[in-house]
Amino acid sequence: MRKMAKSRIREARVGLLFLSPWLIGLGVFTAYPIIASLYFSFTYYSGLSSPRWVGLDNYLQLFKDPLFWKSIYNTLYLAIIGIPLAQALSLLVALLLNTKVKFLGIFRTLYFLPSIVPAVATALLWKWFLNPQFGPVNLLLEKIGLPTPGWLTDPLWSKPALIFTSIWGVGGAMVIYLAGLQNIPAELYEAAELDGAGKLSKFSKITLPMLSPVILFNVVMGTINSFQSFTSVFIMTGGGPENSTLVYALSIYRNGFQFYKMGYASAMAWILLIMTSIAIFFVFKFFGRYGYFGGVDRS
Amino acid sequence: MRKRTLNKAWIYFMLIAGALFFFIPFFWMFSTSLKSYDDVFAFPPVWWPSEALWSNYAELLIELPFLRYTLNTVFVTAMTLLGFMVSSAIVAFGFSYFRIPGKKVLFRILLVTLMIPPQVTMIPQFVLFNRLGWVGTFLPLIVPTFFGGAFSIFLLKQFFDTVPREFSDAAKLDGANEWKIFLKVYLPLSKPALATSALFIFIWTWTDFLNPLIYLNDDRMYTLSIGLQQLSTSRTTAWPQLMGGSVLMTLPIIVLFFLAQKTFIQGIQVGGIKS
Repeated sequence: MRKMAKSRIREARVGLLFLSPWLIGLGVFTAYPIIASLYFSFTYYSGLSSPRWVGLDNYLQLFKDPLFWKSIYNTLYLAIIGIPLAQALSLLVALLLNTKVKFLGIFRTLYFLPSIVPAVATALLWKWFLNPQFGPVNLLLEKIGLPTPGWLTDPLWSKPALIFTSIWGVGGAMVIYLAGLQNIPAELYEAAELDGAGKLSKFSKITLPMLSPVILFNVVMGTINSFQSFTSVFIMTGGGPENSTLVYALSIYRNGFQFYKMGYASAMAWILLIMTSIAIFFVFKFFGRYGYFGGVDRS
Repeated sequence: MRKRTLNKAWIYFMLIAGALFFFIPFFWMFSTSLKSYDDVFAFPPVWWPSEALWSNYAELLIELPFLRYTLNTVFVTAMTLLGFMVSSAIVAFGFSYFRIPGKKVLFRILLVTLMIPPQVTMIPQFVLFNRLGWVGTFLPLIVPTFFGGAFSIFLLKQFFDTVPREFSDAAKLDGANEWKIFLKVYLPLSKPALATSALFIFIWTWTDFLNPLIYLNDDRMYTLSIGLQQLSTSRTTAWPQLMGGSVLMTLPIIVLFFLAQKTFIQGIQVGGIKS
């Protein structure tokens, strides 16, 4: 009996030894920074001199800062319009590809490739593609007699332009939906057909419910990613024109690394952490039941 | 029957229209990279340059100097691959093989860290590396990778869990210790998972923008993403060069995709939404 316990202790020890790189990293690069940024958020801190305690001052200032609210508005705008649009489109493409089309491999590749183009290249490409004078988009719009917006140079059109750009990269979500669709047992459809179900009712009664874990997973991960989106905006607009694309993550970067208001930026970071935690809470609430893959086959 | 064919025609029409939307920007990127300034600012825009200027690439590589940026990126990516792969495999084995009190909680924490926005930890990390005098070197980009990557650990652990216990028991009877079992039993059996993991690490590092932006300040050390972004601010209208740089940066990933298409698609399906 004692020998047994001893070997269990040894096993735990050796196991911890294997985990130790990650445990150290967790402490130094994740846990400490999270706590430190909470502390910084209660200070004035330029990053050069030592932090000076100011209590809730940063948070009070934030709530009075019109740019803070603007950045929240912009981030939510991009998320609320961009995510449903991207999910609907990638689901639509997946549904089309799931109808036993020919050249499935070629189509899938074409739709997927843009999602692995580096963010910097995507941003530059679309900035150029949407160029009001020399870009092909406006050339095409003009040819078919539609108005030619200034896209990234027009505060009204800059956010739609960013959404356009992000939709170009939905190939990843499409591949996940396609796998989810292929996992729905064909018998379900056959049984429904025997009962005289039409296309629409098959979609709403079988496809959507069977796919709902995948959809939820994609939407929640999309939301989390969208809260952090930074590179495309930084390169395409730098937050302009008239702060119409100043998103939350860009605002944190600017305050911290361009204005050296690291306390202020840390307060923003903590608000982001709280918003993300709420999203993570929902991930676990919804997916504890389904497993982390939302039903996607791992074979 | 007629309705069926009509339906199919609609499906193909929509698929092809969509495929054009996805493909044309690629074509535009490539064609612009070969244009002269006259062609770039022609009105109306031209789809293909009157004369393809391959010399744009020579200028890009030598003068701008993207060859240097490419080598820097290769170096950082190689070190990151080494760091993440070695440490993540070890940690994943720890999670999979051993009975450790509190392991489940730790694994849950690992999953949570996957979702923490980099903006939350970015400032204190910068302060830390600044104190160490590492800002302006590659160290802040490389050293943290030796402490494991949550995504790779997760992926490898799931795979290690499927290795039959009989294999390690047999090795144990032959006198192998845990380290030997890890090296001789688990690693050789896990090549597909190791490949998927390496692929994703490669792409994340190759395309990373935020970290190099924060930590690299000497233009001799720029990675491709920062070099390209700096060029876009210093020469805002140098579209042939900017698109050429984008092509250079994208090409290795596309080549890799065609070489390892299956690994790619499977990895995405396992949980690669985070790209």
